Amino acid sequence: MTINTLAKGAWHREQMASFRKMEKVIVAMQDPDMGVKMRNQRLLITVIPHAMTGRDIIDWLIQKYNICEEEALHVGAMLVRYGYVYPLKEPRSLVLRPDESPYRFQVSQPPLHPPAIYLAKKNIRKQGELMEYEKERYSVLHKRINHTWDFVVMQAREQLRASKQRRKADRIVLECQEQAYWLINRPPVRPLLLYSVVLDYIETCRRALGRNRVKSSICLEGFVKYSEQYLNHDPIMQGCLPSNPWISDDTAHWTMNAEVVPSPTRLRVERWSFSFMELLNDSMGRREFMTYLEKEFSAENLCFWQACEDVRHGENSRIIEKVEDIYKNFLAPGAARWVNIDSKTMDKTLHGIRHPHRFVMDDAQMHIYFLMKKDSYPRYLKSDLYKNMLAKAVVPQETKKSVFPFMRRQRHASPSPAQAVAPEDGQAKGAGQAGTNSAAGSQA
Amino acid sequence: MACQGLQSGETLASLKKESDSLKKKLEEERGKLNDIELHQVAEKVEMLGALSIKTKRLLKGHGNKVLCMDWCKDKRRLVSSSQDGKVIVWDAFTLNKEHGVTLPCTWVMACAYAPSGCAVACGGLDNKCSVFPLSLDKNENLSAKKKAVAMHTNYVSGCTFTNSDMQLLTSSGDGTCALWDVESGQLLQSFHGHTADVLSLDLAPSETGNTFVSGGSDKKANVWDMRSGQNIQSFESHESDINCVKYYPSGDAFASASDDSTCRFYDLRADREVAVYQKDSVIFGASTVDFSLSGRLLFAGYNDYTINVWDVLKGTRVSVLFGHENRVSRVRVSPDGTALCSASWDNTLRIWA
Repeated sequence: MTINTLAKGAWHREQMASFRKMEKVIVAMQDPDMGVKMRNQRLLITVIPHAMTGRDIIDWLIQKYNICEEEALHVGAMLVRYGYVYPLKEPRSLVLRPDESPYRFQVSQPPLHPPAIYLAKKNIRKQGELMEYEKERYSVLHKRINHTWDFVVMQAREQLRASKQRRKADRIVLECQEQAYWLINRPPVRPLLLYSVVLDYIETCRRALGRNRVKSSICLEGFVKYSEQYLNHDPIMQGCLPSNPWISDDTAHWTMNAEVVPSPTRLRVERWSFSFMELLNDSMGRREFMTYLEKEFSAENLCFWQACEDVRHGENSRIIEKVEDIYKNFLAPGAARWVNIDSKTMDKTLHGIRHPHRFVMDDAQMHIYFLMKKDSYPRYLKSDLYKNMLAKAVVPQETKKSVFPFMRRQRHASPSPAQAVAPEDGQAKGAGQAGTNSAAGSQA
Repeated sequence: MACQGLQSGETLASLKKESDSLKKKLEEERGKLNDIELHQVAEKVEMLGALSIKTKRLLKGHGNKVLCMDWCKDKRRLVSSSQDGKVIVWDAFTLNKEHGVTLPCTWVMACAYAPSGCAVACGGLDNKCSVFPLSLDKNENLSAKKKAVAMHTNYVSGCTFTNSDMQLLTSSGDGTCALWDVESGQLLQSFHGHTADVLSLDLAPSETGNTFVSGGSDKKANVWDMRSGQNIQSFESHESDINCVKYYPSGDAFASASDDSTCRFYDLRADREVAVYQKDSVIFGASTVDFSLSGRLLFAGYNDYTINVWDVLKGTRVSVLFGHENRVSRVRVSPDGTALCSASWDNTLRIWA
């Protein structure tokens, strides 16, 4: 710190006063009767409880302190800048907008443990120059937040490092800010900030009370059954055939279970019968199921489901285009692959398509999913297609233990999945580092 | 101002009373359907034989504490991040380092492999989570292609891609979790409810794929609906910070690891804690957990440098894995269940099988 002690003293006393004042404002803002109106705010399609709009904040400031809009904007901006209030939309931009933008009170103190960091930084910068009461506080804090102490110290170091790159004026402001926080010496959780916390908790409790719960005996039995069903599929518990690649250095197990194989293993085909999700999660299983559905003339269901998944998990920018495609192919009257959804869901979906968003196909997708799960899937498992697949399935031979156990097999590399998007200038095959064996790997 | 203070004080007190009574009511409701304990149901299950799990690979290369790792879907590659800002992509089978990036910040606490295997996400003290496409061109500067996706107001403690490369879910020291569109960096959803730092999150493997669980310094584990942003379930039974949360493979339950040196198992349909994995000799905090493929085993990494293996159903400890020379920061079972990877503050990663 390059300012002389006297100036420092005067500066931070002044800063301290302004922080105290800001705090008073925050306290008043949160008053349940006379404070800023808090309500559920819409953010996209979410409803966030106990939030307030920028407009409300400005109006409240104007009314409470009898000031003009410009000054209210200025005061409000300070509250946001110092982190007492934060924006829910565009969190990168710490600005108070006098419109419907939603804001919330900061619950935890920004930044993380400011007193601790301030002291840690001071300690680092000026080894052993903490004042007596600071030393005492430092050790108290250390005990109290012991488990996060490493984070505190590294936050301190990080901030020191970052601050060296700032301009002198900025540095000074920040240091004063921190000193002020330290000097205010507030208790760990300010009682009045607890309002939003308690209100949130009450709402969560109310919602939880309305839940349907399942008897323990049923749930717990479920875990036992699941573990039993998957026991043979758990390599760490039962080993795997022909051998565990990590133990034998033989990648046959992976080769045999690759995404596309002429004949899948028995365990893999068996697993498709455990649940509909298992079948769909395996690309080969999904293909087999599609073949079956084609025979039954209901393949459009699976295609529709896949298209909906694509909307849900895809880029924001392509949602509208994808939803339009879905409508054209699956939902429009006379569509080539029309899916059979109940009229209520269809109406709701068609209505939603007018303003497409990521979840607009959810209800329809769910309907088709359960249709397949309850109807097509069980019939698939009983079908010849599946039964033949199971009969043909390979059961790998267990690799005999090596005759020369002390000679380690060569560990072969595999093509990196990153190759799939290699640049167009012909670097697609065998590029870069994915080729060499490592003879220098260490043993257990 | 003084009388306003009094009003506020009274209202807060009455709200707290209401909150406490609701909490009690909730505990009562949860207890009503509690007709049997897990270890009782598990009595008929066979005891597990002795497990022989040894270190099969030792990944050396980080110059500082390894804080996080994640497996690639190809079952052999993984990404790891460390305190010195380095993020490395390894082929753990051959021990080859395939990609390396140095982030401008230290303490990269979160890293994740994209489902396609073509990108990784990482973040930490820089309050951001950035996505790097993985290029095989040696001359390509990966750092240049970095895209900052998530922006929080405090450190990023965890991140994961959702079912595609296009969406990223993050947890942060600012007490919130958030869902982001990778392409545009837009915030799609934010999740408020934790009253302290959120330290970990995990996506549910459910068929509708809509929920995730988070655990934080407020000792709470919250389950969220990704679509509405609502906190749909909350569990508070740990006595200290929850460092890690992980779903049971069926998606009907999850486990948590905490500084109170216990791991706990929560049943989502019964809506309560059903098991506590603890031992008098286990004194140090647990920082990470993961299930074996069948969900029968729970691997937990601790601050005393060990990994304890628990029988999820019976509640007993099956094995202890020694080897690391400092805290274990992360354990993850590989996607096909053939191996366990552990990352540690001793600068190494170990593959166990």
